[in-house]
Amino acid sequence: MDENNQMSDKNKKDWVKPTITPLRSGLLNKFGKSQNVGWVEDIDGIPITGLIEKYKSPLFVVSEKRLRSNFQRINRAFTSRYPHVLFGWSYKTNYLGAVCNVLHQEGAWAEVVSEFEYHKARSLGVPGHCILFNGPFKNRTILEQAVKEDAHIHVDHLDELFALEEIAQAANKKVDITIRLNFDTGYTEPWSRFGFNVESGQAMDVAWRIHSSENLNLTGLHSHIGTFVLEPKAYSNQVRIMCGFMDEIERRTGSIIKYIDIGGGFASLNALQSIYLPPEQVVPSIEQYAEAVCDTLLELTHEREARGVQRPVLVLETGRAIVDDAEVLISSVFANKRLPDGRRAVVMDAGVNLLFTSFWYNHSATPTRFLSGKPEETVLYGPLCMNIDVMRNSVMLPPLDVGDALVFGSVGAYNNTQWMQFIEYRPNVVMVQKDKIVSVIRKAECLEDVTSLESMPETLKIPFPNGEPDNLLSKHT
Amino acid sequence: MSVFNVTVAITGVNAKPDNPGPGLAVARCLRESPEFNGRIVGLGYDALDPGLYLKKYCDAGYLLPYPSTGDEAFLSAIRKIHEQEKIDVLLPCLDAELPGMVRLRPLIEEMGIKVFLPTPEQLRMRNKDQLTEIAKLAGIECPEIKTITHAGFFYKCQEEGWSFPMVVKGLFYDARFVHNADEGAEAFRHIAAEWGLPVLVQRVVKGEEYNLTAVGDGEGNMLGEVMMRKMAVTDKGKAWSGVSIIDHALYEASAKLIKAIKWRGPLEFEVMRDQHGHYQLIEINPRFPAWIYLCVGVGRNLPMALLKLALNEPVGDFREPEAGVLFIRHAEDNIIPIAEFEHVIMQGGHHLQ
Amino acid sequence: MVDSEQTGVTSSSIPSAESLRRLAISESGFVFDPTSGHHFTVNETGLVLLRHLQQNQDLSSILNAVTQEYNVSHRDLERDVLEFLSLLREFVGEQ
Repeated sequence: MDENNQMSDKNKKDWVKPTITPLRSGLLNKFGKSQNVGWVEDIDGIPITGLIEKYKSPLFVVSEKRLRSNFQRINRAFTSRYPHVLFGWSYKTNYLGAVCNVLHQEGAWAEVVSEFEYHKARSLGVPGHCILFNGPFKNRTILEQAVKEDAHIHVDHLDELFALEEIAQAANKKVDITIRLNFDTGYTEPWSRFGFNVESGQAMDVAWRIHSSENLNLTGLHSHIGTFVLEPKAYSNQVRIMCGFMDEIERRTGSIIKYIDIGGGFASLNALQSIYLPPEQVVPSIEQYAEAVCDTLLELTHEREARGVQRPVLVLETGRAIVDDAEVLISSVFANKRLPDGRRAVVMDAGVNLLFTSFWYNHSATPTRFLSGKPEETVLYGPLCMNIDVMRNSVMLPPLDVGDALVFGSVGAYNNTQWMQFIEYRPNVVMVQKDKIVSVIRKAECLEDVTSLESMPETLKIPFPNGEPDNLLSKHT
Repeated sequence: MSVFNVTVAITGVNAKPDNPGPGLAVARCLRESPEFNGRIVGLGYDALDPGLYLKKYCDAGYLLPYPSTGDEAFLSAIRKIHEQEKIDVLLPCLDAELPGMVRLRPLIEEMGIKVFLPTPEQLRMRNKDQLTEIAKLAGIECPEIKTITHAGFFYKCQEEGWSFPMVVKGLFYDARFVHNADEGAEAFRHIAAEWGLPVLVQRVVKGEEYNLTAVGDGEGNMLGEVMMRKMAVTDKGKAWSGVSIIDHALYEASAKLIKAIKWRGPLEFEVMRDQHGHYQLIEINPRFPAWIYLCVGVGRNLPMALLKLALNEPVGDFREPEAGVLFIRHAEDNIIPIAEFEHVIMQGGHHLQ
Repeated sequence: MVDSEQTGVTSSSIPSAESLRRLAISESGFVFDPTSGHHFTVNETGLVLLRHLQQNQDLSSILNAVTQEYNVSHRDLERDVLEFLSLLREFVGEQ
């Protein structure tokens, strides 16, 4: 870059990478893919170049403003349509402490699915009675703690139910529990591995079993119909089936259901690789989801009030729709390549090690300055020495210089939790806060962070106990 | 008789013989109408789409970005073409375009381009995965249809009461008969790769295929219906030859459906009739079929009617349709100077002199 | 800075001037090879390189000529030209 500047001469023309584009039958349309490559220079008013200078590339950037406004919009969409609504922040989507606390400050409870997540929520200061505890694997110790702290436990299988009964008995308590259900909505593949099946009568058997228990009380129903569900009607059906089941339990066992948890799975404006149309054409708005859920719920619970029973609280565990577009990953071009098939490729400093979701999304990749030159089909590779490390298989971009940054959009969900420390260190994560304050919310790893848990047996402390080996290569002629 | 001197842009001007788009046939209907002396702009997606070169049917031809590229790219392309050509009416002819266009309708109309499209809700109702519900509205039966997202379905479908053969379909295009699990999985992968997920499976209905095309006026009326029985099909099951018919049951079902949802715009109704005379709805397409020129043959110019609706002009009465009019399709080689091909490749379009 | 003299590119990796001269190159960047029947397109700088290569097979003089005309470092130019040549070989078959 400097070299270019030194030599730049106003009388000379700007150089653009020369390109050759083949014309293949069936794809004879170079206008077929978007030609307008925009660029983004800042995030919430903070210049990207400054961010890279200070916090290095790659860099995750969370927008607090966006996170809060996403939550508020979703909250409004549901609370304006149904009187009792509660959000559980889905920790597995993004459990960086700062992200969790922004959402707790907005009023969300914690929705956790493991011992680790439970500990994390507690360590952030979330009281046990504001925790929804899901998942198929809750060990005895954490179950005992959850019972003691009055967390809301969502039972996944009979073994867990029996364990809970023992714990409750030992503690001499009557514990309110929720059961997880699975059933076919007709729209999504049923996730039958979680919870109890409704159609087969299994769930009803469990409801009876709880009813007959001295120490357990069935007060909640939970189900989760899938992920990235694009059809709002699937949620109407879900609510319909759950309400039907609720009525049946209440009628037959006399239990009173306090809440219905419909999980999450609302799609975000991200481009799933398996879907033909662009996200803005297929992803319903949050209001459409809310309407499908709340209209059905209102309709099916309106006679409860006549019976003197309150309408159940609607619990939502929406994660992706809240956090996905509130975080970006800034990554820089490390090298340019030309593949044998003629496509252009670049090596970026971030790959699937950091952006796990690029396995199934086509994340938007936006330049950070105006790029001259025609957009051309480009492959974005990550830094890993592995063939599968591809950030985008095909994206239309003008030629990029080494050092040019790209902003990968909508990366807030499932990346800071599923990223891996493989070969590379994980980079800084910063949050842009009010008044343009930038705070590091997870600092970049160093060697010490990665090796601090290792310990070395006494006999293995030295790699070459008999002195360094011969330098065979220097002698070889 | 008023004569319309307007510029009409028509998409779907592709015409590979085994599965042509309807665009050129729609253009031809307008060209041959004594009520039309305007200009036609062919909009294609590939530089080899013949509509971009055929002076017979089009006065100009331009490339559009693929529907999968997104709203922004589509709008900016249309804006550019509109600056050149001053489009009065846009007639989309391909399924995959419609979700975008119905949503963008206010923005398209803001540019001063008129369209006559279904509402997003109407369009959604005729999605292939919603067929069961819409068939109820039409008062006819329809073969069970299921959305699947894994090829594994074909290996355990017997447990769910599905048996081979069955039809595997894409959300927008493509339908394949499969006779066993391996064929099913193969078809699934092909269709999913091209048209994405979910993929649909539909039970096979035996019988003869009948089609109806018409225009819904948005008030619940079905205008100018033309019915056809396929006499010969291509490898892809597209009509290669057909004959016009008049079938009251098909008429009733289609009219009932259009009335129920107040369909706005062109549509094609595909049904199967078994040996007992029972009808099963196979699918509903939100556009004219590629065989639309048959409507001119039976004396009912439907694209012309659609144009009038878009222009908010009275459609007028249709002639009684005529049964027994045949069409036989043929493919034709056209000579294209390389300079014209270059224009389309390099500039994305051109005027045809 | 890398000097163009040190590029190490030999003329054997460049399609012959003869095979390049038979290409029909339009000012728009549309290229047709009448021998193979292939079409391809080049951008403005690709067109500049192609015109140079039709006349002149000496790479270092081409690099020098281009740097007279354009703001580009030798390093970037060399990388871009080498990539361009490897593509060109794909599209222009020697006969």
